[in-house]
This record gives sequence, structure tokens and C-alpha cells, in this order.
Amino acid sequence: MSLDNNKKLELFRTMLLIRLFEEALEEMFSRGILHGTMHLSIGQEATATGACLALTKEDLITSTHRGHGHCLAKGADTFRMFAELLGREDGYCRGRGGSMHIADLSNGNLGANGVVAGSLTIAVGAGHSLKMQKKDNVILCFFGDGAVNEGSFHEALNLASLWELPVIFLCENNQYGMSMASENAIAGGSIIKRAESYGIEGISIDGNDVENVYETVAGCKESVLSKGKPRFIECVTYRYRGHSKSDRNLYRTDEEINFWKEEKDPLIRFSGKLLEEGFKKSDLENIENEVKEEIKNSVKKALESPESSETNLEEDSYA
Amino acid sequence: MPEMSTGQAIKKALSLCLDNYEEAFLAGEDIGIYGGAFGVTDGLLEQYGENRVKDTPISEDVIAGLGVGAAITGMRPIVEMQFSDFIVNAMDPIVNQAAKLHFMYGGSVDVPLIVRGASGGGTGAAAQHSQSLESWFCHVPGLKVVTPSGPQNAYDLLLASFVDRNPIIFMEHKLIYKIKEEVETNDFPKDSSLLGKGKIVSEGSDITVVSYSNMVNTVKEAIKDKQLEKYSVELIDLMTLSPLDVDLVISSVNKTGRLLMCQEASGDSSVGSTIITRVVSSDAFKKIKTPPKLLSGLHSPMPSAKHLENKVIPQKDDIINSIIEIIENE
Repeated sequence: MSLDNNKKLELFRTMLLIRLFEEALEEMFSRGILHGTMHLSIGQEATATGACLALTKEDLITSTHRGHGHCLAKGADTFRMFAELLGREDGYCRGRGGSMHIADLSNGNLGANGVVAGSLTIAVGAGHSLKMQKKDNVILCFFGDGAVNEGSFHEALNLASLWELPVIFLCENNQYGMSMASENAIAGGSIIKRAESYGIEGISIDGNDVENVYETVAGCKESVLSKGKPRFIECVTYRYRGHSKSDRNLYRTDEEINFWKEEKDPLIRFSGKLLEEGFKKSDLENIENEVKEEIKNSVKKALESPESSETNLEEDSYA
Repeated sequence: MPEMSTGQAIKKALSLCLDNYEEAFLAGEDIGIYGGAFGVTDGLLEQYGENRVKDTPISEDVIAGLGVGAAITGMRPIVEMQFSDFIVNAMDPIVNQAAKLHFMYGGSVDVPLIVRGASGGGTGAAAQHSQSLESWFCHVPGLKVVTPSGPQNAYDLLLASFVDRNPIIFMEHKLIYKIKEEVETNDFPKDSSLLGKGKIVSEGSDITVVSYSNMVNTVKEAIKDKQLEKYSVELIDLMTLSPLDVDLVISSVNKTGRLLMCQEASGDSSVGSTIITRVVSSDAFKKIKTPPKLLSGLHSPMPSAKHLENKVIPQKDDIINSIIEIIENE
């Protein structure tokens, strides 16, 4: 499968959008205009981008607490995302969800989840719906390396395999569950082997190589739909920022972080590759300027959006 | 009207859901060929096939999560916790997910899910198969909690729960399954307004007795007893615990001036303690002649031996004595 030039530029643009969106959040947080906490995925953009761009709008995803990238790559609007984080009425959840709970059903995003492994069983349920409704779509379930030690991970994989559900389990192994190194948390050492023990074919890939992620997810989708069985992908990646805003990075070294930033950064690698392939530097710069403009306009518009309504909080708990 | 047991009435309601809504399906442990641990789903697998009646592994977490995920993507799952005690293994999908998604996602998602479970004691099954955990769920905004006491209201409440668009915890006390009565097998209600409405089971003027689930049946027996023949007892079956029909109780206490709350669950932080708090904080306070009483299960795990179980769960005589005590100790 070779990607056409437009698709490559789309991958580049989406990764950049996620990076600049989250950098803008950081900046707003440091200015004290963002309430609450947030979990940034800076450094992990290739996984969200490659995975979501390999899906159609009708394919579904579930996301995680570190989900801004998934939302954006699945088509979410930056204005409504900023508005949500700022607690505005125009936000995706009218200020009731915030950073960890953005859902965008119009783009097939069933929602980000604040509970580690919380979305795995939900993805199984959505997969069951797709199968019963005889749809030619899949659900891709994002979760982190921390999730594979939760009981629901095992129950979800077991049932998805038994019932042959159209689920792609995608583990973003960013190598730490908060401060716990995954090598100290995962007995047996292999995430893939856990999937295989449930009869689910698994593959471990470089999650910072956006084309590789795209092609792997596209291939898995094809396989899920033709064979009617779930698949499992481990994307090895790395987060540059702390787990959340309270993190002092005591559990890893600056050398390690700098190695990933300098040697493995998904944006630097992919833009370098595009230039080698003959794309013009000005093409990439134009994209960068467009994205910067979009972010700037969306932040401005979001700051102008009214604060979300304080009324009906009790009534809004129920449909 | 056909006479049927509560178990049969629930099955009848489930059949109506499966007949009329192709998006409806059942899932749970041993609900297929076994027919459910209490026989409620007996025969449904043969009738509807394995796509509609899904036997699952013993995995309560994913049974509930399956329900949540299916409910938000257009299906109408009705899942079963074989014993409601096992719902503790499914608390994340129920409490953190089902109850929260509608609010947390700004109203863009509904979770029309029913979680059925067999609750309560009296069967000698001891501490891990006899609990009445309904109060836990009443404390969680976003959930509705429904507790039928017999065949007709189990049938009606299940259909109303199915019509509702919210996640419902439907607790079926094990001792109600075999109770029989004539059941009017109505069609689906046009809305779910039955949920949140209590019912006056018998009218009276001397004392209001409030109860729910199987304890309603024990109270019914108690108030037929000769020792109480000179008193006029008003019995209210709450039927739904969240939302709670406090107004009905307040208007009744306004009339009788006396309140006894009876429940199998232990008393602190419970439905009964809420009922009493709400009544004494209302206008009815001025009409109260004697302190309200909460007759509840003991704050003890359920023992196995029959005589100990009877000690933990309020019995007919305890109810009779409490009513006499409240009325006569003025």
C-alpha cells in the first residue's frame, strides 16, 4: 500500500495540528486561563494521526484521558475543543466534560475516557452493535500500556475474540503508566503475547512512524472486515511532557527524554522524509502557517464563547 | 387475565421487548440454555436464537461494558447480573461510564441500558449472594433504580424501564420470583413516567408504612394480622428508588401523622434514612405525632443459618411490633 501525496500532506498537517493545539493549551495553562488538569500527547502524534486517518468517518473510536490527538485526528473542530477546555457553552460537552471527556459522535468518536481501560469494554459493546447492525465498519479502541494490567482489558479481549467482533485494539505504549515504567508493570514483558493468548493476532510497531501506523491500521481494518475477527496493535511511542500538570519527571532522565525528542520525533522524522521524497520546503511551511492561523483563530473564538450555563445541572444528568 | 409468577411476568416483558425492537438483546451468565439462575429467561434462547439471547463468560465487567457500548451505538441491551452481589465487579462500567456519559458528553449521548440483578436474602445463600445494594446506586446521579415487589409491577416497571433512555438498575428480590398474581400484560407505555412514582397499596389513616421490594410483601402480611385490626394502615410501595417519590410519602404522613419505614437493607445512608430525612424536613414535620421509625436490616453481612437470617432481615412480627409501638407510645 503506497500513500499518495495528498494523504502524506494530510498526515503531516494532522500531526502538526495536534502538536500546535497542545502547545497552545500549555501556553494558556501557564497564563492561568485554563482550569483543571490535562494530559498532553506531545511526541505521540503519529499514532493518533496514522490510526484515525486510516479509518473512515463511519468507523468508530474510543479514546483515553490523553485523547486530544485522537479527537482532532478523527475530525474534531479545534474551536469546539478549545471552548470545551475553557468551560464554554460552545464546547463539545458544554463545559461538563473538559479535557478528558470529549466526545464527537458526528465523526464517530464515542468519547475520551478518564478511567484507565474504561473504554475497552465499551468498545466491545460498540463492536457488537456494528456486527448486529451488519455494518462494514470497525471500532478502534485506543488505550495505553497502563490499561493492559486492568481486569477489564482481559475481559474485553476475551469476549471480542469469542464473539468475533470488529474491534481493533490499539495500545499506545508510551512506556510509562504515570510514573510506573511498563517494564516494571507488565509480567511476562510482552503486551502482544497477551493479545495472542486470547486468539487475537497482534503486531508491535514503531508508533512514531506515521506511515507505518497508517498502513498497519488500514491493513488490520481490512483483515477485521474480511475475517470477522478482532486485531491488536501495539504502537511504541513516548510522551515528552509529564503525565499531567503535576508531574516532576522524577522517574526518568533528561537524557532519555532528549533522545526521543532528537532521534525519534514523529514530526521531524516525517517532514525530513517528505523533503527527501521531493516535497518542497515551502509546501510544508505553508501548511504550518495555515495550522498556526487556525489555532490562533480558534483560541480567539473560544475565548469569546459564553461561559457554559450553570442551570439544569441536575436535570442534565438524565436523558 | 393470566395468572403468572413474577419470574414469568419479567420473561413476558422481556419477550415483548425482543418481539418489538430488533435492536433489543439480552446478555448475561447462563441466561441461555440454563434459562438463568432463577429461570427468568427459560426458553428465550430457543425462541429468539443466540444472536438475541447471548450467553456470556463469567465476566461482569465486560457484560456491563458491553451494555454501555451497545447502548450508545443504537442497540437496546438488557444485561443480567446473575446475583446482584456480582455487580461489584461491574462498578466501573455502571458508575463511571453508564451513569456519567450523558452528562459528561454534554447531552450528546444517551445510555438506554437495563442492568437486571437478583437481590436480597432469605434463601440461605449467605453473605455474598444475599445483599440489598440498591442504595449504592441511588447515590449516583445518572442512574435510575427500580425495585419491583410482585408480578404486575415487575412487568410494568420493566417495560417503563425499556422505554426510558437512561441506564436503569433493576433489582429483582429473589423471593418475589415465585409470587403469583393475575397480570395485565399491557403494551409498552407511551413514556417512562411510571418510574419515580410510588403506589399506595392500601389506604389508611393511622400510620404510613413505606417499603419497597420484597419487604412490601412482608408488610402486607403484617397488616393483615389480628393484632393490628383496630388500626388503619396506609402502605406505600416506592417501586422506584431513584428518582424517589418523596411527595407521595409526605402527603401520606400529612394525613396519618406517623411513619414507619421498612426495608431489608441496612439502615445507615439508605433509602429509608433518606425518606425519613425528607419527611421531617418537610411541612409534614408539624403533623408528626411520634418520632418516625426506620425498621431495617441489621448492619451485618447476611448469615447463612435460617434463624440468623431472620434476625438480620426484619420479619412480620418486627413490623407488627413497630406499628404498635409507634401508635401506642404517643
